[in-house]
Amino acid sequence: MSFKLKATLALAGLALAGAAMAKDQVVVGLITKTDTNPFFVKMKEGAQTEAKKAGVKLMTAAGKQDGDTATQIAAIENMTSAGAKTILITSSGDAVVPAIKKAQAKGVQVIALDSPVEGADALFATDNYKAGVLIGEYAKAALGGKPAKIVTLDLFPGHPVGAQRHNGFLKGMGLTAPDAKSNELGGKAAGVLCMADSFGDTAKGQTGMENCLQKNPDVNLVYTINEPAAVGAYNALKKAGKEKGVTIVSVDGGCQGIKDTGKGIIAATSQQYPLKMASMGVAAGVEYAKTGKKQSGYVDTGVTLISAKAIKGIDSADVKKGMDLCWGKK
Amino acid sequence: MKQTLKNLPWNVLGPWLALAAACFFFATQSDRFFTGENLSLITQQVMVVGVLAIGMTLIILTAGIDLSCGMVMALGSMVMTKLAVENELPVGLAILCGIGVTALFGLINGLLVTKAKLPSFIVTLGTMNIAFATTQIYTSSASVTDLPESLTMIGNTFEIMGTQVSYGTLFMIALYVLMWRFLSDTAPGRHIYAVGNAPEASRLTGISVDKVLIGVYVLAGVFYGLAAMLSVARTGIGDPQAGQTENLDAITAVVLGGTSLFGGRGIILGTLVGAVIVGVFRNGLTLMGVPSVVQLLVTGVLVILAVAVDQLSHKKAR
Repeated sequence: MSFKLKATLALAGLALAGAAMAKDQVVVGLITKTDTNPFFVKMKEGAQTEAKKAGVKLMTAAGKQDGDTATQIAAIENMTSAGAKTILITSSGDAVVPAIKKAQAKGVQVIALDSPVEGADALFATDNYKAGVLIGEYAKAALGGKPAKIVTLDLFPGHPVGAQRHNGFLKGMGLTAPDAKSNELGGKAAGVLCMADSFGDTAKGQTGMENCLQKNPDVNLVYTINEPAAVGAYNALKKAGKEKGVTIVSVDGGCQGIKDTGKGIIAATSQQYPLKMASMGVAAGVEYAKTGKKQSGYVDTGVTLISAKAIKGIDSADVKKGMDLCWGKK
Repeated sequence: MKQTLKNLPWNVLGPWLALAAACFFFATQSDRFFTGENLSLITQQVMVVGVLAIGMTLIILTAGIDLSCGMVMALGSMVMTKLAVENELPVGLAILCGIGVTALFGLINGLLVTKAKLPSFIVTLGTMNIAFATTQIYTSSASVTDLPESLTMIGNTFEIMGTQVSYGTLFMIALYVLMWRFLSDTAPGRHIYAVGNAPEASRLTGISVDKVLIGVYVLAGVFYGLAAMLSVARTGIGDPQAGQTENLDAITAVVLGGTSLFGGRGIILGTLVGAVIVGVFRNGLTLMGVPSVVQLLVTGVLVILAVAVDQLSHKKAR
C-alpha cells in the first residue's frame, strides 16, 4: 500500500541521515500505534520535549491504524540501522516480537510504552487494572449501599487493556473479579446486567447503551472503557430520560473527558499520563547511551482518580488538576 | 409465466424473509424485542449506515465499489460542526458546506474512475486515506462539542401512538422511497442499471456512460453528506474518529439486501432491509445476553449466504 511504501521510504531517508550523525549524538526512536489518536500525539510531544532538553536526536514512526504491525516492524529495522540505541514502542501486536529481538541482538534497548509486548527490556505504562479499581471503588461509594445494577461498555473482544480495566472495576466494586493477568471479561456471575462492545467510540457506545437499556431499564451504574464511549452512554441515557439517576465512570483522562467530568456527564475517570511514559523513555535512552545500563521490569507511570464531586474516604483530584495534566486539545 | 419454487427471485425475497425470520425468533426470546420503543431504537441505530448504503447501492449497481464513504462522511461531519461552532456560520449553511465537501469527494472519485480509467476499488482506497488524513489535519484530531440545538434537531424524536420516532428515521425512509422511484421510474435511473449491466451496449445505444458514472459518484457523495448530518445529530458531537468501519458496514447492508456485486441488478429497498437486519441482530442478541463476538459471527454467515444466493440466481439467469 502506498502509505506503507511512503513511510518506508521516509524512514530509509532518515536512516541515511541518522547513520551520518550516529557517532556524536544519542539517537532514540519512538514508534506509536497511530499518528492520529491524541493519546499518541501527546506521547510524541513528551518525547520531543525531553529529546530537545537532553540534546537527543529523536526519530518517530507510527502505524496507520491500531494493529498495523507491518509498518512498526519496518520502523524497528530502519531505526536500528539508523543508529538508534534505544527504541520506544507502543506495540500494535505480537508480530513485532521477532523484530524487537533482532534489534536487541544488535545492542538496542527496547522499551515498551503503554502496551506490554513480549521480549521488551522494560515496560513504562499505566496500571490499567488499578485504573479500573479506582473507579470501581468510587462507584461503590457513590452508590452508598444501594445494590449496583451495572452495564459495562467494553472495548472489543480479546484486548488485554479492555479486560484489565473491566476486571479492575469489578474488583474495586468489591465483586468477584478475575485477576490482573486475565484476558477475559469477568462479571456475568457478579451482578453485571449487560455487557456491550463500544470500540472506544461514541456512536458505537451509544448503540450498545441503548440496547442494554432495552434489556435492563433499571440500570444505575455504567462503566465505560474510555471517555468517548462514556459520552455515547450519556446520550443514550439522556434520550431515555434517565441521565440523572445513573452514575457513569470511565478511564483515560483526555482533556475532552475531563471537561465532560466537569459538566457532570462522567462522575469519575482514571487519568493516565502518556507524556510521562515518553519522557521517561527518552531519559532512559540517554542513560543507556552514557552508562550502558538498561532498564528492566515494569514501571508504573501513575494513574489519578479525577472527579468533580469528592466522596469521603475516596482519594481523588478535582477537575482543575485534571485539566492541568490532561492530554489532547484543551 | 409459470412460477415454481426454483425460479422465484430469491435475491429479492431473501432479505425480507431473513428479516421476518430474525424478528420472529427474537420476539420469542425476549418480550422487550417487539415493542414500538425497541423497534424505533433499531431504526435510529441503522440510520447513518442506512443512508451511506444508499450511495453505496448506486455505485455497486454500476459494478463499482466505494471504500471511502465512511471517512468522507467523517470529514463532512467535521466541516459541518467546525463551521457551525468555531466559525459561527448559520447551521443551514454549515450543513450545505459539509455536503459540498462530500459531493466534491464523490466528483473526484467519479472523474478518476471515468477519465483516468482507474478501478473504483483503488481510487476509493486512495480517497479513503486522503479523507481520513484531511479530517485529522483539519481538526487536530479533536472532537467538536457544544453544538447548536438546530444542528442536532433531526435526531430528535416525536410521539406516534405512544412510540418515540426519530425525524432521522423518517428522513432515511423518505430518501429510500425517493431513490426507489428515481431508479425505477426515471430515464437517468434506468441508465444506472443499464451502465452496470453492459457499459459497452449502453454506450452504443447513446447513453453517455461517463456522465452516468460521474453523476452516480457525486450523488453518492451527497448521500454521505446527509449521513454525516445524521451522525452529528445522533451523537451530538463532531467526532474525527467516526466512520472508520462504516464502509464495510454499508457494503454489508447492500449485499444482504440482495444487490449484485457484479452490477446492474438489485432493488434499493433491499439495502434498507439489509441495514435493518444487521441492527436487528445486534439488538436482539444483546437482549438475549449473547456475547458480542457471536454478532460478528452471525453477520459473517449472513453475508456469505447472501452472496451465494446472488451467485446462484445469476447463473440461472444466464
